[in-house]
Amino acid sequence: MSQNKTAGAVAKRHMGLKTSRRIGNTAIYILLIAMSVIWLVPFICILLQSFRVESTWQVGYVVPQKWGLDNYQNLFKTDFPRWYTNTFIAALCTAVLQTVIVLCMSYTLSRFRFKMRQPLMRFMLILGMFPGMLTMIILYRVLKDLGMTQANAVPGLILVYVASSGMGYYVSKGFFDTIPKSLDEAARVDGATRLQVLYKIILPLSKPIVIYTILTAFMGPWGDFVFARYISFGASAGKNVAVGLYDWLSKDQINKSYTMFCAGGVLVAIPVTILFMCLQKYYVEGVTGGAVKG
Amino acid sequence: MANISDLEYLRLSKGQKLLFRLKRFFTDSLPNGLKNFFVRIGKGIGSGCQKIGSECKDIVSTFVHGDWKTKLSYLVMGFGCLARGQILRGILFLLFEIVFIGYMILAGGYWLSMLPSLGKVGPTETYNELFDTYTTTYNDNSFKILLYGVLTIFFIIAFIYTWRQNVKQNQIAEKILASGKKLRSGKEDLHSLVDDQFHKTLLALPMTGILIFTVLPIIFMVLVAFTNYDGAHDGYASNLFTWVGLKNFNTMLSWNSAGGTQSYAATFGEVLTWTLIWAFFATFTNYFLGMFVAMAINKKGIKVKKLWRTILVLTIAIPQFISLLYVSKMFAKDGIINGTLLSLGWIKQALPFWEDPTWARITVIIINIWIGIPYLMLITTGILMNIPADLYESARIDGANPWQQYTKITLPYMLFVTGPYLLTSFTGNMNNFNVIYLLTGGAPTNAAASSAAGSVGYTDLLITWLFKITTGAESQYYLASVVGILVFIVVALISLIVYNVLPSIKNEEDFQ
Repeated sequence: MSQNKTAGAVAKRHMGLKTSRRIGNTAIYILLIAMSVIWLVPFICILLQSFRVESTWQVGYVVPQKWGLDNYQNLFKTDFPRWYTNTFIAALCTAVLQTVIVLCMSYTLSRFRFKMRQPLMRFMLILGMFPGMLTMIILYRVLKDLGMTQANAVPGLILVYVASSGMGYYVSKGFFDTIPKSLDEAARVDGATRLQVLYKIILPLSKPIVIYTILTAFMGPWGDFVFARYISFGASAGKNVAVGLYDWLSKDQINKSYTMFCAGGVLVAIPVTILFMCLQKYYVEGVTGGAVKG
Repeated sequence: MANISDLEYLRLSKGQKLLFRLKRFFTDSLPNGLKNFFVRIGKGIGSGCQKIGSECKDIVSTFVHGDWKTKLSYLVMGFGCLARGQILRGILFLLFEIVFIGYMILAGGYWLSMLPSLGKVGPTETYNELFDTYTTTYNDNSFKILLYGVLTIFFIIAFIYTWRQNVKQNQIAEKILASGKKLRSGKEDLHSLVDDQFHKTLLALPMTGILIFTVLPIIFMVLVAFTNYDGAHDGYASNLFTWVGLKNFNTMLSWNSAGGTQSYAATFGEVLTWTLIWAFFATFTNYFLGMFVAMAINKKGIKVKKLWRTILVLTIAIPQFISLLYVSKMFAKDGIINGTLLSLGWIKQALPFWEDPTWARITVIIINIWIGIPYLMLITTGILMNIPADLYESARIDGANPWQQYTKITLPYMLFVTGPYLLTSFTGNMNNFNVIYLLTGGAPTNAAASSAAGSVGYTDLLITWLFKITTGAESQYYLASVVGILVFIVVALISLIVYNVLPSIKNEEDFQ
């Protein structure tokens, strides 16, 4: 009898747990759905407004009254294609060169133990505390003397992006640290040089981090605003998409080009997003691995 | 500060424990840390001096004991190498010496001699009677003098280092020959560059880039803080600029009102305070909310985890400037948010998201949460999964509720693992140019601040202020440079403190 009672109580408590869990899960579902809406709404808005043709300025409603592709057609009457190619070329070159430099740097700092290693890393840590923007003032004038600014901004931009990229070695160094050193040593014993160890053993194992580095290096120039603004100063032909679209939202242009900004934004976002989503796996790996190492 | 035993410490309540630790930090760790820091600097200088002394001694003794080949190498670099058959090394040394001497005679000497004055003759105008025009001749160029002056000093240091290597080479070669072994040939030297000296080959390109594009500009800009380099003194076309000592630091840190109604020091204080508040909130709201979202998605019984994650990750993929600029316009007076709320009849007037200082600051922090959560969700998801599940199991058996599990297991673990990340994220947020500049551009403008400093606003961080100074009407580069140096000092100070308090940053090899 008493046993029955306890069993009933346990069952009841179990039921209670179950319902409370169900309530908790429902709350979480509601939260997640609300979040998804909040996170996606701006992008849906930008997409919808890029098709609005009844007016070109900012309005207080979302769904267009008249739909059309005018904004996209107008884009090609402006400098937008030029900005797009500028950014694309810069992104492509940066992706290649920066990857080489970052991998050289991080592989060396992860694998070799030489006298200057620790001081070098500490030095770069301190260097990183200076606001990088400050260097733009001088780099702008030097690049200008070399003819790599304004309309010819793209080579200058690539140089600026790539040259200092060695300082961003943390994430990939963290990855290389996880590859066992015994692999290197075994190969060294078999008579391989350090170079052979790198491209025969380490690189094949490092596909995720190589892809991560290429992906982030490629995406960087699409979002860069400061350096591109400085270097292309005053010349429309040298702008990248960020600077060009930013100027469209300035006070004297926004009424003329707000919807065009939306269309441009969509055109920029689509290829980058597709590429990112395809390689998402590697990005997540890099981010989670790198953050822990700091 | 009275010391208390471990037992007494354990008996304290939670609040008291925290208080005790904070107190200990300020009375104990901080002074000690600072003391150690200065002691270490002192020791570093001392051992540096000692090292130079022993190097000098070594140089002299090599000269006294060396043979004639070595002795001649002191004048003609690489001679010893050439004489002993190490042709490649010898040629490189000799070539370097020739280039160096040539450079110093042709250009370096001039730059170096002009460095103390930064140029003597500015642009001059000559009147041409025939055409009634003025033609300008440009003479000295302060900008180039400063730049190439610094470069020349770099070069001299490199030369001294190479010369020392050259002496060392002779010493080593003599030793090797005396012991009856053979010297390395040029071919072997080249081979070692892909083998035991491979790190030098790998580092050559990245380090050159960093030296030229980061180190040199930073040294240059630090020096600019001690000059009057601005739009009106650009050093070439308008006027020369020159050294002014600590004047700019005095301007920035003085309480006398300048230009506007408020002193630079007051403006700086305000911007710095907001920068720190911003960095604090931007880091920790993102951190905790991101962790919360990650835990919510990870929770048992939640379906389509991948979909939720993908939706959030999607927002990382879209270039930030698009989302930031667009969202900033959504919150504008005539934007979608105000428009929708007005048409729903929930508000009667447009909300002053960007017009009121407090509104703007809060809006910026909230939008930053929108930007930051997906990223932190990714980072924390991975770490949360690494926490051993049996920890929770046993906690549950002991009757711990979810909140206790969170504060006793999840949070300590997360804080330990992500400590370094939090630090970099904090300093990164202090310098988060994009979010602030693209969202508000620093608006609303602070009318009390000096207009000479590029109309600084209430949401301006130090870094956006710096940008505004350089692009402002007067282009006061020297002032921007002072702000930059002060940013560095603040960031370095914070990092130093955190570095000395956090256990998990210190040991790099622990992670390997």
